[in-house]
Amino acid sequence: MTAPSPASEPRTDVARALKHAAIAGLVSFGMLLPLIGFRTIQDMRNELVLETRPLLLASFVLLTIAGSLLVSLVLVPWKQRRAAAHIPGESVRRAHWRAHVAKWLVPFALGFVVLYPVIVLLGTGFGGAVKWIDNFGIQILIYVMLGWGLNIVVGLAGLLDLGYVAFYAVGAYSYALLAKEFGLSFWILLPLAGTLSAFWGILLGFPVLRLRGDYLAIVTLAFGEIIRLILINWVDFTGGYAGVSGIPRPTFFGIPFNANDDGFAAVFGLEFTPLYRTIFLYYVILGLALLTAFVTVRLRRLPVGRAWEALREDEIACRSLGLNTTNTKLTAFAMGAMFGGFAGSFFAARQGFISPESFTFMESAIILAIVVLGGMGSMIGVAIAAVAMIGGTEIMRELEFLKLIFGQDFEPTQYRMLLFGLAMVLIMIWKPRGLISTREPSAFLKERKTVAATFVEEGRG
Amino acid sequence: MEVFVQQLINGITLGSIYGLIAIGYTMVFGIIGMVNFAHGDVFMVSSFIALVAALVLTTWLGISSVFLSLFIVLIVGMLLTSLVSWTIERLAYRPLRGSFRLAPLISAIGMSIFLMNFVQVAQGPRNKAVPPMLQQVIVVMERDGYEVTVSYRQLVIWAVTAFLLLAFWYVVSKTSLGRAQRACEQDQKMASLTGVDVDQTISITFVIGAALAAVAGTMYLMYYGVVSFSDGFVPGIKAFTAAVLGGIGSIPGAVIGGLLIGLIETMWSAYFSIDYKDVAAFSVLVITLIFLPQGILGRPEVEKV
Repeated sequence: MTAPSPASEPRTDVARALKHAAIAGLVSFGMLLPLIGFRTIQDMRNELVLETRPLLLASFVLLTIAGSLLVSLVLVPWKQRRAAAHIPGESVRRAHWRAHVAKWLVPFALGFVVLYPVIVLLGTGFGGAVKWIDNFGIQILIYVMLGWGLNIVVGLAGLLDLGYVAFYAVGAYSYALLAKEFGLSFWILLPLAGTLSAFWGILLGFPVLRLRGDYLAIVTLAFGEIIRLILINWVDFTGGYAGVSGIPRPTFFGIPFNANDDGFAAVFGLEFTPLYRTIFLYYVILGLALLTAFVTVRLRRLPVGRAWEALREDEIACRSLGLNTTNTKLTAFAMGAMFGGFAGSFFAARQGFISPESFTFMESAIILAIVVLGGMGSMIGVAIAAVAMIGGTEIMRELEFLKLIFGQDFEPTQYRMLLFGLAMVLIMIWKPRGLISTREPSAFLKERKTVAATFVEEGRG
Repeated sequence: MEVFVQQLINGITLGSIYGLIAIGYTMVFGIIGMVNFAHGDVFMVSSFIALVAALVLTTWLGISSVFLSLFIVLIVGMLLTSLVSWTIERLAYRPLRGSFRLAPLISAIGMSIFLMNFVQVAQGPRNKAVPPMLQQVIVVMERDGYEVTVSYRQLVIWAVTAFLLLAFWYVVSKTSLGRAQRACEQDQKMASLTGVDVDQTISITFVIGAALAAVAGTMYLMYYGVVSFSDGFVPGIKAFTAAVLGGIGSIPGAVIGGLLIGLIETMWSAYFSIDYKDVAAFSVLVITLIFLPQGILGRPEVEKV
């Protein structure tokens, strides 16, 4: 796209916009005719018959035309005006402002997540609290932790991993099977599951050391799928599609969360409710997520963390300077995998049931999307992206009022992943480097300056 | 021996489908260096377009000739799928050209999720089964009561694939469009300086890839008689494996890779374990990338500092 010359006023060409809108309408009509205009349904004899939906098709086409007009008559002129009013140094100033906000954001957000169960309890009372803490609090924190774990591999070391869910699965199955077979407690198995996952990270990392970029992504994807297929097909060991059920739940330092006399509620003289376990699990995953964050922040100051970031910026330069790229890559894989394993064993303990269904490629894609959308390497960005994407899709479950608009058979939940995919594309177009694209330098002379997004060179992994 | 010949026939059929999809991956990777992750889902969408077109033809217009309806379905499927792919490229990939390396890949993954769920919402999550067609078989050889057969469906798939590959080979090697594509593959800036419309060439590359995927989608529907919204992922990965195995960027490589993957899959199912056939295909991908990253016909990548 060429910038308008300063002499010519940025003008809107209505005829052109109308032509574009007409083309867009035609294209959308052609594209949507088979998929929206018709619906294939099974009739009583189990044969496929067609049903037509002309109104729906027409409304989609009209929406496309309106959208096209909106873009060419409103959005593009607005962008041009903004580009014309560009002030030099603006991006740097904005980055400084953002850094300022970030400084206050972290303590505030920390306080909020620590107090979150209390806030929910005050807000909804005992009845609705489980849902809000479990579906929103715990669910989002699991993804924050997975995002931070993958951030070590993708964001810091620059190794594109599309099979991260494999380590999540290893952690979950390690906990589930060991707890069921040997009756070991959650707190013993958590580090063990992390260690096993880290071991798998090294095992899978070793053969792919030479690969770069997209190739690495596809191989890790293949590894993730292989592990899932083995989980499905090795029925004797993993239970196959049926998964593992009846996984022991974590206890409060030996006190189980149940209605018995030695249960948590009875011991502390409280009335039994499942809420205590939910709150306990919330703080466990919060602790694990904060551990991930803490370790990552500290590792960035250590030689190994510096080596990861150097590797991300330029692998050839790293080798020329005598960095052992093999060890650097493997430690990144192992660290990332270990946190994935922690998250996995927490997931198994929280659900009490796991099956290969939970470890599909879609999960890897979601975690990677969170890391990239948040801004690779930025821990705050990853957390914000996890809240927005997971919280956003969870909130779709709650939008009961939409039924009043679209009718009773409207099911908002089935649009969750649809909107998730769309959001990924739109955020990439809007901000290709993620929400927080500036970077804090890990080494600096005298003064720490923020690195603006335009100078952030992505490594070739 | 009979089992082997039968699996050879089945493997070549499956391989033709993979090969047709793989061309889309390999061309796009060759020209803009991007793994078009949504390509597998474009293939799935094309299956659904073919399904709807076939139903319109048979139940509404009452066309009873199988070959005529297959021909029309192919044409309609190719046109509409091309339109879908053109739009995807225009909206989701073109704004990201020249952006940072991961952006198009993430956008493509998002597109893949979007397409899959769009079809699920628009057409329902259940498997769509069509009545089997062209069931007649030709017995090729027979021994001890075991018949090795080629079905008409398989013959149609072979014929259509062979014809399309010839047509496609002609376009890529003999026309100015093909020359423009090869120019863009080598150096986009230089190509644009010599008067090649780079954006348009890339668009056409996506369109051709989608048209071939649409043929594969129609064949898939005809061969298996069933399609669901999630059917794009695994064939997509296998076709990508085929592209990598043949040497990514190399078009004959994609076809050879497709046939090899098809053969590996069917032979593995016949002689080892049908449960692990996808594991076999994915393992081939891993092993190829580790030991032969440039593939069978690809050029080794030169690392420049």
